[in-house]
Amino acid sequence: MEEEKTLKVQKIKNGIVIDHIPCGRALKVLKILNIQGDIGSSVSIAMHVRSRYGWKDIVKIEDRYLEERELNKIALVAPAATVNIIKDYKVVKKHRVEVPERIVGIVRCTNPRCITNQNEPLTTEFYVISKDPLIIKCKYCERDMEPEEIFENII
Amino acid sequence: MFKGKDIVSIKELSKEEINRIFEVAEEMIPIAKGEKKSNILQGYVLATLFFEPSTRTRLSFETAMQRLGGSVIGFTNPKATSISKGETLADTISIVDLYSDVIVIRHPFEGSARLAAEFAEHPVINAGDGAGQHPTQTLLDLFTVVREFGEIKGLNVALIGDLKYGRTVHSLAYILSCLDANLYLVSPSLLRMPKHIIRELKNKPVETDNLEEILDEIDVFYVTRIQKERFPDPTEYRKVAGTYRITRKLLSKAKKNSIVMHPLPRVDEISPEVDHLPNARYFQQAFNGVPIRMALLALVLGVI
Repeated sequence: MEEEKTLKVQKIKNGIVIDHIPCGRALKVLKILNIQGDIGSSVSIAMHVRSRYGWKDIVKIEDRYLEERELNKIALVAPAATVNIIKDYKVVKKHRVEVPERIVGIVRCTNPRCITNQNEPLTTEFYVISKDPLIIKCKYCERDMEPEEIFENII
Repeated sequence: MFKGKDIVSIKELSKEEINRIFEVAEEMIPIAKGEKKSNILQGYVLATLFFEPSTRTRLSFETAMQRLGGSVIGFTNPKATSISKGETLADTISIVDLYSDVIVIRHPFEGSARLAAEFAEHPVINAGDGAGQHPTQTLLDLFTVVREFGEIKGLNVALIGDLKYGRTVHSLAYILSCLDANLYLVSPSLLRMPKHIIRELKNKPVETDNLEEILDEIDVFYVTRIQKERFPDPTEYRKVAGTYRITRKLLSKAKKNSIVMHPLPRVDEISPEVDHLPNARYFQQAFNGVPIRMALLALVLGVI
């Protein structure tokens, strides 16, 4: 209900609503979901809207559902996000994204001298050292990465 | 406990495992010196893959294997191998794994030993991966201190020189701190130990740029080379390098039973006059690389 009061964005019939994105990160969420201009459905973005806990961004994508890998990626930029699945204008399922213990194949190591950046047949892997703020450690070169570096290096 | 184990990072070894390595290394000393003969690794093949130059590490691994009756294959010039044709490290490792029983690798990229360990069925020992880990150096450093003082807990250890880029001091600081040594980090401000390394230390170290002010508290002086190319201004380099030079005069003000260590090669950070003082341990330290590597080879190959 709160959403209806504060948002001037149309409801969607089928698709997803990604809510509780930290302010300013809605575009990052679209970027990591690889949503560009040619997806064949509507995307609405609301940035800097009032919520119960302050301010937030919201993204609505019509006719699109997410795989677990994509949910994990969202968790990296929006650890408190919820992903609502909408069918026929109704919320049929609510997912809370969660930062996994290990981050596999979705972030590139920021260390240019890491073996994962050398064209070897490897999947990147990071251990989560801290969830808030998000700090991850490369399994290969053991370099730590902080939030800004992580956002810039999501594959 | 050890058979088939990869030795990639010092962080993966428990206190018990480190003690076991030291126990075996102690037994290996007479064999390392050539006073006793052993053939426990007869029939085993060690592959040494050195993608970067190394003198002590490679020679001491080869000596270790041969002193125990094993044989060695390998290369020191990757330009003369199929790597220069663009082969991936993963492929090189998979092939060498078929030819040998244990692999030692030094490579310029960080994390390369972890990759090798994943692609090889046989155990892999990291002999230095870029600015990353060099666990056998850390073990031989620690072994040198343990042989001298018996116990690490409560020892005052000064790590001196280039604490920013020197990989040996990063792993050493980590393990000394795990074992409750008191750390003194002595470096010019330009070459201080990185924050992410300090964050992992169990106890907060003392950080200073003045060696003289802590001189009389120190049990172990671990000296590293300050590289000229780290300084934009050569005058600044000379000024700084001189400050951390270990001399007879300086040591006369230190604890009598303190020791001086250095991962070598040294340039001029330890004066040659110190070589003959009872405090000098750096040559002993370099020798300790042999029994430590003998112990590791014997343990990961499961013959002990």
